[in-house]
Amino acid sequence: MTRIGVITFPGSLDDRDAQRAIRLVGAEPVALWHGDHDLHGVDAIVLPGGFSYGDYLRAGAIASHAPIMAEVIDAAGKGVPVLGICNGFQMLSEARLLPGAHTRNAHQQFIRRDQKLRVENASTAWTNEYTEGDEIVIPLKNADGRFVADDETIKRIEGNGQVAFRYVDVNPNGSMNDIAGVSNERGNVVGLMPHPEHATEPGFGPDMPDAMRSGTDGLRFFTSALAALVSR
Amino acid sequence: MPIIVVEVMPKAEILDPQGKAVVGALARLGKDKFTAVRIGKRFELTVEGPVDDALLAEVRAIAEDMLANTVIEDVVYIGEVATSSTSRLA
Repeated sequence: MTRIGVITFPGSLDDRDAQRAIRLVGAEPVALWHGDHDLHGVDAIVLPGGFSYGDYLRAGAIASHAPIMAEVIDAAGKGVPVLGICNGFQMLSEARLLPGAHTRNAHQQFIRRDQKLRVENASTAWTNEYTEGDEIVIPLKNADGRFVADDETIKRIEGNGQVAFRYVDVNPNGSMNDIAGVSNERGNVVGLMPHPEHATEPGFGPDMPDAMRSGTDGLRFFTSALAALVSR
Repeated sequence: MPIIVVEVMPKAEILDPQGKAVVGALARLGKDKFTAVRIGKRFELTVEGPVDDALLAEVRAIAEDMLANTVIEDVVYIGEVATSSTSRLA
């Protein structure tokens, strides 16, 4: 059975939800600990949302120096699929595994909404079960979600197809070019601010036109990782 | 014990919503001479023993690796002070 690790940091909030999403697609979730130097041989890694180490320095900054991040950086370099969700995305950019950085939302407020996204790159390890141009709805909840990068970096990632997701209808935090998620050049490392793990089970997802809380648009992140691992 | 100060500012091209909120408040108070406010961070690192070039070089490395995210911030000052939060006011 495919084993996908979920790293718990002090202040992680959505590690259990990520584990649940992994179980729902038929894989085995493996709880990993920030203070270990051990990935327990997992096939893929999820860095979950939350407020690691209180986000006291910058969002994700202290966590990006946690002991286990040495192993995450090494695994990412070897092509292991790594997904950073919200605070996990912030950690991956602080660790320089992903381009850009995050600042306080342009309107200064925490925001929670069911967010529409467009899939811009359907060839990454975490998006290959989508089709380019697909519009999906998954929950978003953050205060430090404004994606920024210098002009040169924006040009490069747009040119390389490293923009994986873009906000549709509403740009909830002032992110440059409406960027909601990015990948590394190789496509095995993906990060996004909205939370696919909160849209994986009917009854607990975002409201959809056909029924309340029925949204499961986030499931394909996890089935994509399984597909990517089979084809490796 | 000596204290090494590290000051970090958001890069000029990065939107600083905190600073924008403050300049807006100043304008509402009639203090309209001020066209912009930007807010940065000051770190005070207390060390044991003397501050030499090697230590300052180590602080610079720490500043650029962790205290600042150089994608969005610049380290604008590193220096030694005698006591915490020494006033530089004239």
